[in-house]
Amino acid sequence: MSGYWSDIVTGGKSLVTGLAITAREFFRPVVTEQYPWEVPTMTPLFRGHIELIGSEETGEPNCVVCGMCQRACPSGCISLDGKKNESGKGKALTRYILDFTKCSLCGSCVESCNFNALRFSRDYNLVSFDKDDFIMDLMNRLEEQNRCKR
Amino acid sequence: MTVPVHLRHDETFVLNLGPQHPATHGVLRVKLTMDGEYVVKAEPVLGYIHRMHEKMAESGTFAQFMPYTARMDYLHALAFNHGWALVVEKAAGIEVPERAEYIRVITVELNRIASHLLWWAAFLLDLGGFTPLLYAFDDRERIIDLLERVTGSRLTYCYLRFGGVYNDIDDEFITGARDFIKRLRGRLPRLYHDLVTHNIILIKRIENIGFITSEQCRRYGATGPVARGSGINYDIRKNEPYSVYPEFDFDVPVFDEGDSMARYMVRMHEIEQSMRIIEQALDKLPGGPVMGKAPKMLKPEAGYYYSAVETARGSLGHRLVCNGDKAPYKLKLRSPTFSNLSLFGEVAEGMMLADALAFMGSLDLVIPEIDR
Repeated sequence: MSGYWSDIVTGGKSLVTGLAITAREFFRPVVTEQYPWEVPTMTPLFRGHIELIGSEETGEPNCVVCGMCQRACPSGCISLDGKKNESGKGKALTRYILDFTKCSLCGSCVESCNFNALRFSRDYNLVSFDKDDFIMDLMNRLEEQNRCKR
Repeated sequence: MTVPVHLRHDETFVLNLGPQHPATHGVLRVKLTMDGEYVVKAEPVLGYIHRMHEKMAESGTFAQFMPYTARMDYLHALAFNHGWALVVEKAAGIEVPERAEYIRVITVELNRIASHLLWWAAFLLDLGGFTPLLYAFDDRERIIDLLERVTGSRLTYCYLRFGGVYNDIDDEFITGARDFIKRLRGRLPRLYHDLVTHNIILIKRIENIGFITSEQCRRYGATGPVARGSGINYDIRKNEPYSVYPEFDFDVPVFDEGDSMARYMVRMHEIEQSMRIIEQALDKLPGGPVMGKAPKMLKPEAGYYYSAVETARGSLGHRLVCNGDKAPYKLKLRSPTFSNLSLFGEVAEGMMLADALAFMGSLDLVIPEIDR
């Protein structure tokens, strides 16, 4: 029997304190976000999947096909091809495929780029039933963005 | 109709806890030999999410392993970033600017608070209390929002670079961190301690349960709050100081009781100490660059290198063997929870099942880090 009554007293005290805290918090403002109706704004440094940056005038990608991003990637997500420019100087991008299923969003590719050709997108709600939707053709994406701009 | 099973009085049965069990918080399997409600033998079985991190380090360059470090301990990812950055900087002889060191300490300590808050929430969830989880996640969310602004990601950070950090912190981050500390200082006694620490249900569930002696800690190599809850005053930040930790005034909470309550109290006090460190670091924050000079392709000289950092769960050691190539020749990771989990089998013997689960929660296990 030792401690029986003291347990009841301390137990009652714990119960009242808990209820008081719950009551106090009940009248505090809501901290959650009602997601589909309220969408979060991504911070400027948010790392989404990568996308190509087009030049201001022509809309052509800034990429010079040096392949640094491909080599920097720890998971081998990036594959790209280019062809010689008609003027004979440098290369132009013909294909840029990102396998987003393997990407861990470390940002090594963006950091390794010396030609301002890559950036992170602001897309965060990427959902699909099909794996192929995440194998992204970034050239198409850039073209679409250019079309929207026009 | 099911027929009830009748056991002889001395008969035991095997109970599989996991690999999918809400109390193990990951794919850990514990093979329990039970005598009724009592645990006769407990054997942790590992390997369900082994991803060969040590081998992955050997197959890429030094910088390419940085994102993977965060995938081991996803709750204190920045400390794992820090550990890898330190050992490579030691090997390659890279200097880190002072401002970068301060930013590293601030972000790592913020991440430590977030990790302890999540442990607190998950531990109480194991014990059957759901409400505290929501309060802790409210505070943790604020830390994650702060870190997202500077690191770009919310959980598996890849923020540290050899020779500095990825991005400088701004005034908004500094005021945000100060506001957060002020807020948590107010909430710790009035919400966390009043609602949970002094609650009789918690005290009855974890006090005088799950005793770990300091001798056991030494035998198994347990570190972090587990060792400090058993009276061992060992914290890498004090014992083998790295980065700018010697410049800060902070205490290492040590409790001698060795039960689950002692480990609980160590973590609660560590939150306060981390807040002290962050405040001092914000006050002393020097100006200057956040990235030092580091070659893009590292080729450290051949040799053996070791460095350790204190994560939220204990000491994390990196042993790096280089042969002058652009990839590590061998990397051995000494992760804290692997040693802390090894204790479980010995200590859980003779416990009631519900107590054993409460004891397991107090060890703060992160399975991807045990099974790297």
